[in-house]
Amino acid sequence: MSADAHAAHGHGHDDHGHDDGRDHGSMKSYLIGFFLSVVLTAIPFWLVMTNAIENKNWTIAIIVAFAVVQIVVHMIYFLHMNTTSDAGWTMMALIFTIIIVVIALSGSLWVMYHLNVNMMPVHDMRNMP
Amino acid sequence: MSDTAALANTGLAKFIFGRLTLESFPYHEPILVATFAMVALGGIVLLGALTYFKLWGYLWKEWFTSVDHKKIGIMYMVLGIVMLLRGFADAVMMRAQQAMAFNGSDGFLPAHHYDQVFTAHGVIMIFFVAMPLVTGLMNYIVPLQIGARDVSFPFLNNFSFWMTTGGAILVMMSLFVGEFAKTGWLAYPPLSNIGYSPDVGVDYYIWALQVAGVGTTLSGINLIATIVKMRAPGMTMMKMPIFTWTSLCTNVLIVASFPILTAVLALLSLDRYVGTNFFTNDLGGNPMMYVNLIWIWGHPEVYILILPLFGVFSEVTSTFSGKKLFGYTSMVYATLVITILSYLVWLHHFFTMGSGASVNSFFGITTMIISIPTGAKIFNWLFTMYRGRIRFELPMMWTIAFMLTFVIGGMTGVLLAVPPADFVLHNSLFLIAHFHNVIIGGVVFGIFAAINFWFPKAFGFKLDQFWGKVSFWGWVLGFYFAFMPLYVLGLMGVTRRLRTFDDPSLQIWFIIAAFGAVLIAIGIGAFLVQIAVSIWNREKLRDTTGDPWNGRTLEWATSSPPPDYNFAFTPVIHDNDSWWDMKRRGYVRPLEGFKPIHMPKNTGTGVILSVLATTMGFALIWYIWWLAALSFVAIVAVAIFHTFNYNRDFHIPVEDVIRTEGERTKLLAVQAAS
Repeated sequence: MSADAHAAHGHGHDDHGHDDGRDHGSMKSYLIGFFLSVVLTAIPFWLVMTNAIENKNWTIAIIVAFAVVQIVVHMIYFLHMNTTSDAGWTMMALIFTIIIVVIALSGSLWVMYHLNVNMMPVHDMRNMP
Repeated sequence: MSDTAALANTGLAKFIFGRLTLESFPYHEPILVATFAMVALGGIVLLGALTYFKLWGYLWKEWFTSVDHKKIGIMYMVLGIVMLLRGFADAVMMRAQQAMAFNGSDGFLPAHHYDQVFTAHGVIMIFFVAMPLVTGLMNYIVPLQIGARDVSFPFLNNFSFWMTTGGAILVMMSLFVGEFAKTGWLAYPPLSNIGYSPDVGVDYYIWALQVAGVGTTLSGINLIATIVKMRAPGMTMMKMPIFTWTSLCTNVLIVASFPILTAVLALLSLDRYVGTNFFTNDLGGNPMMYVNLIWIWGHPEVYILILPLFGVFSEVTSTFSGKKLFGYTSMVYATLVITILSYLVWLHHFFTMGSGASVNSFFGITTMIISIPTGAKIFNWLFTMYRGRIRFELPMMWTIAFMLTFVIGGMTGVLLAVPPADFVLHNSLFLIAHFHNVIIGGVVFGIFAAINFWFPKAFGFKLDQFWGKVSFWGWVLGFYFAFMPLYVLGLMGVTRRLRTFDDPSLQIWFIIAAFGAVLIAIGIGAFLVQIAVSIWNREKLRDTTGDPWNGRTLEWATSSPPPDYNFAFTPVIHDNDSWWDMKRRGYVRPLEGFKPIHMPKNTGTGVILSVLATTMGFALIWYIWWLAALSFVAIVAVAIFHTFNYNRDFHIPVEDVIRTEGERTKLLAVQAAS
């Protein structure tokens, strides 16, 4: 029982030791992250601006894939997430977030798709004479 | 004045006041004018009293700017109780309207007013009664239960409270400046789109929830960080008190679900303000997407409300049965399962939307599954009581009323989870009866159990028994009288939100329901009397031990009310009923060796930011663009300025600690001698 231990406990600014598995990044890792995110941003722009791929759906799919990779790059190089920081709490929070996001997205797509299929046909006003 | 000058004048007025004109004030509605007169009178008396007794400085220094989690918790509770009175006034108006609007009578509320009343009732009761009360409880209890001196981010806590209050102020403002939404408490489009609701009601709704939502999300993050990082040494996850566990899960739900609400409301604002078509009927928009998204937030929300109270019932049951909680581990896992499952059931709120059999079956089955962990909890409480020496104090009475009532609500919930049954019962009064059954029977009864349980901890004296019992019976009987008739009416096919009725044979049920509302009014009144009487008799009800109920968890180890620093020494934990364990092992309170204690300093920044955010919300509601821009810039400026405030902490001098602890030693000695 010590009051000191608690004082440090209550005020996070003096217990940021390097023994908690946190990664604080280096010049090199920031540069790698920067380079990767620039590339991952430039390619989708190039795809859209030059119409490099005929099929629009493919373009969309590729952009989404690049966006997902971009998220991972940000998490690793800028948010310094790894499996050991804060005794695994960061990883656990990430897994929970992914579960919730997947449930919300896939659920919404599933629900709305079925709704559309079951809808009565709608007249598309843009194709009217 | 020439015509051009008049035109220039209106242009200028429009620039300054947006769409706010004299006509925006409802001086032509007698009910509102009378209400306003009452509120203004009460307000003047209150403000006058505060000035006369010179309390402004005290309130500002000791409460409004306080970063102490205990004071913020109490302020949340006060906010919740004040808003309960407003929300209940709406409920009484609805009950009265429906009881009299038969045989060609139009009742006393015009349609546009009635629609605002039922919308405001729902919004206020969920966002500004239940949420502040639950957040206040967690704020007060959690740090004490884990042996911490405050939450992880004390300033953020103060800021969160004031943002919640800012949202509440916006809702209250809509009563006298303009009007509130007429859309029902979730503001479904297309009705809430600009085409069908061109006035300010829905904008009040949006900005009140957005401002309050900032507070709720931040306080969720704060409490998660507190529970994860600040537990006393020895308190592993599976040694945490069950209330702390349910609080952790609740705040995880808050952090994961409130961003969805924020995003949905942002999309609706885009539809309303800049003419996008996310939720319109044409140009590719789909209003059902709004319904889908808002319930992905909305279903976790009901578990956000109930989970902390499950924790309260667990603490109360084991304390007043004098036994360890039966099935602690299963309780924790049931809570975790509910946390995940609460994200898998949202479609049961709109089975009738037409997603088809496969989708409806999936969500019907997940809904039925979620009743399993909830049932496990009920059995755990029953087995905790089994062969226990039960003391029927007020918290225990509320808990037993909860168990009986909540089981009925749970069973009607499972009925509604069957899609074919739901097609008959959807939007009927059966549904209204069901969710009031679980929210009143679960959340409200739990809040009262918690208030009666922890009041002596917070203020140093117990609450009066007699008035507590009057309040209890008023609420419990009132609930059954008010909502059992609605089950009957719902089964007869009466839908919700109706203003007038054609079939005179239904009237008797509405009269019984109105009688129930009167009983609940007695319950609320008796609760206020209970607090007043207890303050009056506080010397007789005084608790000098800090442990009036022979408690089990750490909050009972310190004095009542706890000192600013909660614990002079951080306790070491060996058991999940840590205080019980300490008492059993003959724990001796340390009497010397005190040290100065490092604490966070009060700051007014939270109040200032919240005033600016509320102003911005008001400006956006009324299209006063210059004010919106100005207050936004001010918010950013104040926030940045605050980051340069390095004068944030201080040490409580060791003499103060010695004096405080010495007084407690004396009190305990007197207690032991008598």
